[in-house]
Amino acid sequence: MCRHCGCGEADATVLNLESGKETVVRHVVHDHPHDQDHDHEHAHDHDHPHSHGHDHSHEYDDAHHHHSHAPPEGALVELEARILAKNDALAQKNRAWFKGREILALNLVSSPGAGKTSLLERTIRDLNRELRLYVIEGDQATARDGERIRAAGAPAVQVNTGSGCHLEADMVARGLQELRPAAGSIVMIENVGNLVCPALFDLGERAKVVILSVTEGDDKPLKYPHMFRAADLMILNKIDLLPHVDFDVSRAIANAAQVNPAITALELSARTGEGLDGWYAWLRREAAAVGDAVFS
Amino acid sequence: MHELSITRNIVAIVEEAAEGRRVRRVTLEVGELSGVVSEAIAFCFDVVTAGTALEGASLEIHKIEGRARCESCGAEFATATLFAACACGSGRLTRLQGEELNVKSMELMEAA
Repeated sequence: MCRHCGCGEADATVLNLESGKETVVRHVVHDHPHDQDHDHEHAHDHDHPHSHGHDHSHEYDDAHHHHSHAPPEGALVELEARILAKNDALAQKNRAWFKGREILALNLVSSPGAGKTSLLERTIRDLNRELRLYVIEGDQATARDGERIRAAGAPAVQVNTGSGCHLEADMVARGLQELRPAAGSIVMIENVGNLVCPALFDLGERAKVVILSVTEGDDKPLKYPHMFRAADLMILNKIDLLPHVDFDVSRAIANAAQVNPAITALELSARTGEGLDGWYAWLRREAAAVGDAVFS
Repeated sequence: MHELSITRNIVAIVEEAAEGRRVRRVTLEVGELSGVVSEAIAFCFDVVTAGTALEGASLEIHKIEGRARCESCGAEFATATLFAACACGSGRLTRLQGEELNVKSMELMEAA
C-alpha cells in the first residue's frame, strides 16, 4: 500500500500464465517511484523545509520568504493539461513498439458475455498454424479466460484490474513485458467487458474491434456511441441464434453506421463457425497492412 | 465508472504542478461529448483528494457544449450527441468542440 496516495487497494495485477509469475501494475498517474524496490515511504516522509506560508501567522510583508520556484502562492495557475495525456503517451509507446515489430495489435471490446473469449478460442484453434497469436486478457478478477486461451493454444497473460472497469496502457505494457510476442505476430487485447469505459483509454492498438451479440439490442450502437465510433470493425456474434431473437441485423448495422460511417460490419457465429471466413480475411488483410506500414 | 480513473489523473496532474503546496480550487473543462459524466467526477473528487494537497479543494467544472460543422452544406450547429445529422440531412460532420477533457487551472491557498 502506498502511503502517499492510498492507491494500493486498486492495483492491477499481471499473471504470466506460462510461468505463473504475478506482478503488480501501479497507477500510471502517480509520479512517485512505485516500481522500485526501495521502501518508498522515506521519499514522502520529509516535511517540506519551508512550509510555504500556510501556517505562518505573520503578514505578507516579510520579504525574506520569497521562494524561487514559480508559481507564487495564492495564484491562479493555468494548467491546460489534457487529463488523459499520460495514458495516451504510454499508448503511443506501445504503438511504436508494435509497429517496429510488425505486430498487429487489436483491442477487443464488448459487453460482458458477447463472446470475445469464445471468438478468440475459435480463432486460435483455426489460425494457429498460419498466424502467431498472443493474448492479453483483461478482467476484474480470475484467470479463467486466460486459462481458456492457453488451453486453445496461444500464449496469454491475464491482467486483473481489481476495481478497474477497463485496461489502461501501462497494464498492456506490463503484459507485453511478460508475453514478449514475436515479430510479425498478432496480439489480441481482450478488454474488460464494458461498452463505456474502454472507449476512452487508448492502449496503443491498431484498431478497436467491438463485438455485439444478437442476444443484445440492435440499438446498442446508439446507446453506446463512443465505443462504436472508436471501433474500426463491428462483429455481430451468435448469428446462429437469430431465429430465436428479435435482433434486426440491418438495423444494427445502420445504427452503427449512423455513429461511425467508416465502420466495417461482419456477421458470424463463433460457435458454429458460420461467417468466420470474413473475420479471418479481415485479420490477414490487417496483418499484411501492418507489415507494409513499418517503414512508412 | 472510468470517472474514478479520470479523477485520479486529475489529482495527479494538479499535485505535480502544485509541488507540495495546498490547492484551494481546481477548474476542469469537460465537453458534453467527452464520454465523461461531470457529476461522477465530482462524486469521486472528495474521495480521491483525501490525504493529498487537494484535500478540501473545491471543484469547478466548465461544461463545453458540443458543436459540429456540416461538411455538405457548411452549417455550424450545437449537438448533444455523437451521431446527430445536419438539418440538410447529411451525417458528414466535423466536430468543432465538446470532446474536451482538460485540467484548466488550479488556485493555490493564500499565504495568510
